[in-house]
Amino acid sequence: MTITKSALLGLLMLGTALPAAAQQRTLTINSDASDPAPKAAIEELIADFEAANPDVNVVLNLFDHEGYKTAIRNFLTADSPDIANWYAGNRMAPFVKSNQFMDVSDVWAENGLNESLGSAASSMTIDGKQWGVPYTYYQWGIYYNKDVYKAAGVEVPKTWDEFVANCQTFQAAGIDCLTTGSKALWPVAGIFDYLDLRTNGYEFHQQLTSGEIPWTDDRVKAVFAEWAKVLPYTTSNHAALDWQDAATLLVQGKAANYVIGNFAVATFKDGGMTDDTLGFMPFPEITPGLPRAEEAPTDTMHIPAGAKNVADAKAFLAFIASADEQTKMNETLGQLPINKDSTVGDDPFLQAGFELLSTADGGIAQFFDRDASPEMAKVGMEGFQEFMVKPDRIDAILERLEKTRARAAR
Amino acid sequence: MAPITEKHTAAPRKRRSRQSLAPWLFLAPGFAMFLVYVIVPVFQSMWVSFFEWDGLSPKIWIGLGNYIELFDDEAFYTSLKNNVIWLALYMLAVPAGLMIALFLNQTVRGIRIYKSLFFFPFVISQVVVGLIFSWFYAPDFGLFYKLIEWVTGSQVAILADEHLVTYGIIVAGLWPQIAYCMILYLTGLNAVAPDQIEAARLDGAKGMKMLWYVVLPQLRPATFIALVVTVIGALRSFDLVSIMTSGGPYGSSRVLSYYMYEQALSEYGYRMGYGAAIAVVLFAIMMIFISGFIWKMWRDEQGAR
Repeated sequence: MTITKSALLGLLMLGTALPAAAQQRTLTINSDASDPAPKAAIEELIADFEAANPDVNVVLNLFDHEGYKTAIRNFLTADSPDIANWYAGNRMAPFVKSNQFMDVSDVWAENGLNESLGSAASSMTIDGKQWGVPYTYYQWGIYYNKDVYKAAGVEVPKTWDEFVANCQTFQAAGIDCLTTGSKALWPVAGIFDYLDLRTNGYEFHQQLTSGEIPWTDDRVKAVFAEWAKVLPYTTSNHAALDWQDAATLLVQGKAANYVIGNFAVATFKDGGMTDDTLGFMPFPEITPGLPRAEEAPTDTMHIPAGAKNVADAKAFLAFIASADEQTKMNETLGQLPINKDSTVGDDPFLQAGFELLSTADGGIAQFFDRDASPEMAKVGMEGFQEFMVKPDRIDAILERLEKTRARAAR
Repeated sequence: MAPITEKHTAAPRKRRSRQSLAPWLFLAPGFAMFLVYVIVPVFQSMWVSFFEWDGLSPKIWIGLGNYIELFDDEAFYTSLKNNVIWLALYMLAVPAGLMIALFLNQTVRGIRIYKSLFFFPFVISQVVVGLIFSWFYAPDFGLFYKLIEWVTGSQVAILADEHLVTYGIIVAGLWPQIAYCMILYLTGLNAVAPDQIEAARLDGAKGMKMLWYVVLPQLRPATFIALVVTVIGALRSFDLVSIMTSGGPYGSSRVLSYYMYEQALSEYGYRMGYGAAIAVVLFAIMMIFISGFIWKMWRDEQGAR
């Protein structure tokens, strides 16, 4: 039965494919979606797109995640695909400023994306034009071990002061209040972003990361003063740990809280945590009354300036922006769709993230290394890590960051 | 009569010209590759170092700007300092390799197995060496970490400590480098003339004296190669730093080659010009050593002639 069915289907497909082959067009996509879930998601998307556009043949080139970051510079200048994925915010600025990405404002205007993708519009806009289409994001926040909270007898904090007070209780019980693994640097940037967003608010944070505010500003120092309050309660060897190693500490109950993105949930659950033992909370309030801003890095698709099949590439961007495709894709990815008409999977952490991001009245930050210029990102994150190990060097660190900012902003 | 003499005079000339041409013909492909992929890029890098360039946009000429910035760059001095530490400590591989070679240069049953075991670290990839040592040092589960904790009662995460991290990586690098020096010396020891040893023994030389006055002079070619290889290995150290720490914590284990990669090619590196300037500095340092070695080699050859 199944054999005849698939054979029939094959014949049918052959029948429909043959006449179309005469005018078959190719659309090449370069992507770093090499991990299992992203790979499945993009393959699904391509299958859907090919079904909707039988005259287009999509060629997908998959790159390893880290290698992609250097490969993209080569293929953009040498042999452009029609679509390439990348990240929102300042991370795309080098490619926009050197005319490697195509202006896709018309795709946004024609498909009403300013409306449906509104929450990510600002992070896709440089010089008043849009340079790509976002298709997924995920929230950051504090993931915590509910059992540890119960054992220590503390409540989930609402404000930063309560959080710091809890830390003392955790310390007495021999538990790291806050854990992180900063070997790869970026996890600490998440902590800084949230401390700054909660202390100074979204506008300030965006101005700081885009290089308009000096790092020696008193408001920046205030952020580090808040940070210093939890340093004695933070996992001490974080500079030698990968983020997964720190996740293990949380799973084992040696640490209580972890500032990390939603992608870590899979790691926590692999370690044996369940929806009953793993908790999620928004980063607590520091300055009362500030509109709540959240951190949600966005992944995007772009058309390189050297694309050969621009018409189909634009159709592909419009396709990936649609509510249905974003729903389907993010179901597979285990992340959040950006289109406001999409629906979210029933995972409690995704639901919490959706709730968190859709009610963030302050704004949505990308992430330090995507909001800041590439040059600033590296030096900045190194400074954060150094501060966490040697808090008394704060003045020298800020001087150094300021030196880089002054040069990068030149 | 006549044709024979003709043959006699013509043949050697032909052979001589063929003899002088043949080596060049054999060298030509390698020389062309060397020219295109080594010599030309060296000058290209020097050229790029005078520009501000992100690798994508047009280049902007800034003259010595990148070099002036280097002089005021803490990270550059950290890298330079680490390179010097690498250079100094890496030299330990030469005497250590010699010791092991002397130790293994005996005729005992199964000595080949021991030799190959000692040579093993040089066979495995540097990436694997880096990973093994990272685990060795890792907090909470690393063997070395546990050992230190057990002996001293205090915890030391080597790769997270700005003062220890470079030494930790150098130790990892020494492991294969010692093996390499050892194999060089083992080959050298095979060539030590037994009659000289015999004669020295008859004259009453033993132990250190025998080593210093009789064996070591004969090992000079091996020592020379071991030194060259070790100096170059120390200066181009990159893979271990990249694998074990990525230059961290906060840049304290950077070396020049890694800093160059960070600035020009890595995830956040869009500064081709600055990276090229670092590469030029590293190249200049290497040139000092390499031309020193070449000069010495040339002088020795002159002396031998």
